Amino acid sequence: MKTIRSMVLVSSDPVSMERGGQSVFDNLQAEIQKFGIQDEISITQVGDVGRHDALPVVIVYPEAVIYGPVLPENVAFLVEEHLYKGRVASDFQASQKELTGKIAWLNARKGTMPAEQRIVLERAGIIDPTNIEDYILHEGYQAIGKVLAEMTPKDVMDELKNSGLRGRGGAGFPTGLKWTFVAGAKGDKKYVICNADESEPGTFKDRLILEGDPHSIIEAMMIAAYAVGSDEGYLYIRGEYALAQERVKIAISQAREMGLLGKNIFGSDFSFDLHIHSGAGAYICGEETALLESIEGRRGEPRARPPYPTTSGLWGKPTLVNNVETLANVPAIIRNGAEWYKSFGTPSSPGTKVYTILGNVNVTGLIEVPMGITLREVLSIYAKGMKNDATFKMAQTGGSSGSIIPASLQDTPMDFDSFQKAGVALGSGALLICDDNNCVVDLAKVLQNFFRKESCSKCNPCRIGNERAFSILENISQGTGTMQDLDDLMLISKNLNELSNCGLGQTAGTPVHDILTHFRAEVEAHIKLKVCPTGVCQMSGIRI
Amino acid sequence: MTIEGVFNIEIQEAVDKAILLHGESRSELIPILNDVNRALGYLPAEALEEISHRLKSPRSSLFSVASFYHMLSTKPRGKHVIQFCESAPCHVAGGREVWQTLRNLVSLEDGETSTDGKWSLITTSCLGLCGVGPVIVIDEDAYGNVKPDQIADILAKYTD
Repeated sequence: MKTIRSMVLVSSDPVSMERGGQSVFDNLQAEIQKFGIQDEISITQVGDVGRHDALPVVIVYPEAVIYGPVLPENVAFLVEEHLYKGRVASDFQASQKELTGKIAWLNARKGTMPAEQRIVLERAGIIDPTNIEDYILHEGYQAIGKVLAEMTPKDVMDELKNSGLRGRGGAGFPTGLKWTFVAGAKGDKKYVICNADESEPGTFKDRLILEGDPHSIIEAMMIAAYAVGSDEGYLYIRGEYALAQERVKIAISQAREMGLLGKNIFGSDFSFDLHIHSGAGAYICGEETALLESIEGRRGEPRARPPYPTTSGLWGKPTLVNNVETLANVPAIIRNGAEWYKSFGTPSSPGTKVYTILGNVNVTGLIEVPMGITLREVLSIYAKGMKNDATFKMAQTGGSSGSIIPASLQDTPMDFDSFQKAGVALGSGALLICDDNNCVVDLAKVLQNFFRKESCSKCNPCRIGNERAFSILENISQGTGTMQDLDDLMLISKNLNELSNCGLGQTAGTPVHDILTHFRAEVEAHIKLKVCPTGVCQMSGIRI
Repeated sequence: MTIEGVFNIEIQEAVDKAILLHGESRSELIPILNDVNRALGYLPAEALEEISHRLKSPRSSLFSVASFYHMLSTKPRGKHVIQFCESAPCHVAGGREVWQTLRNLVSLEDGETSTDGKWSLITTSCLGLCGVGPVIVIDEDAYGNVKPDQIADILAKYTD
């Protein structure tokens, strides 16, 4: 029998590949052969591991040493030093993300990032995503086995309700409750849909889950289908995520081969099969009724509600739509129980949340931490502070439609309820950190431009409101704004929120509203003094 | 054979292949359009005509779908399509300077195609590569952490 003494993982996300990730992998294989140690070392290409500061990354287990960025020409030395002679080649190690400060939940995990608590990304970056056996070896498909052998659909939903899991797509709706709506809806045919149309700017957590651990989503969808009484599911993956689509396609065909998808799974009465549906580039399709329209082959224009998809969804049938991250929690909850899950996070928002850290910070990337950590902690521990020692000015949470948080709200615990109380939205988990070189008018303009282009144009408040807000902001940034513009912006923001048909329009006015609330003086300087305090806006409109 | 003749055969082949793969069903319209767009670089009117005929669906409804999604184009595009991410995370990380340089180097504005047919320049919303912004995608190659002075070298890789 072969004994593997080291496991080597090589990142193979699009950026790693562009930087020679394939040559790194090929050279590793060749060098390992050269030393004749190919039977002792396993080498695998994995998806994105979250260390975007050091791509391509090579991780060597069991020591959990992270090398990066690794160039193809560094490989020979790495193999000789670490894999052959057993010494850590410290010159090529990625910068350490060590911890500062004392935090109660500090439960260091040996791996890519200390003090994280990984549930949904537990296996991503550790297993070979194209190998179903690797998934099974890491507790994969145990939860569906347990469900089919020991649990009734009601047991499954009760467990989920007890766990307190809330939707991770942004709205935070209790997942167990949603499942019971679909289970209780009348109809002989029901659908389960995974919403992987992740288009919220700054968010790429779902891509990492799908690229790194595709089987976990298949397993979760099986559990959901069993609970609500469905036999058919769709994975709606955005068109830009080619690698994720490829990985899921492989995973589905492997699961079919093993009899995990198809008729009478594990000899039970339960049958389930899955289709992939690729998006074609439209932010709005992340809205669940627009997504349904798109699967049916039409323009992705949101439907009027009610009826809700839980009673009348895909082709008029009761339909469960869940986000990727939400689903990724399900197998772990079933395996370990609701009590275990509730031991993480805060009482109102149990579990973990995946955040993407972006902007003017020293380390960008992705973390999974318990709910309730504060922005200040994220900034100092994971982001390692602001780039060039600049001052923190604001953060936007949850992508383009999220809230703008000024420095004064840095210590608000990040969970659904605390954020709601503070009047801000947690959203999808993107944390865009801006230093004081950023102009709020400029940022608002970029965000409004996004909504202007991504509005499906079906309803007037959104189609006209976003256009109008953008042109006002453009005037302000060019020095031709008036004080009346500020009232108009507030009114547009209010109308967007109250009159739009869907979530896109309803949240499109949030950033501009927040900016006028927290940074009004800076906006007024553009109008009254015709000066951009940060020097970003070029006041070309001034006539002297 | 005329150039139009060759082109029509190409269209026919692309449509046949896509419909064979996904099935002759209206609900498979978006996957079919995606495949044909990928094969031909855009969706020529002749292709939409043929698909409309095969799926027994009015042309107007096909055009309405084709014009809705960003990844589908009803106009011809250049040999290489440059996508620049204009969303906030890339913007904050230095995207504005990258965009200025890129625009100047290819002498195109958003949505334009160069007269020699080599480049198309389009702005896009977030591509999900925000950890390494600013991001440019040329055809299927993603470039992250792009600095203005690197763009000329990146473009030079595309010699045909």
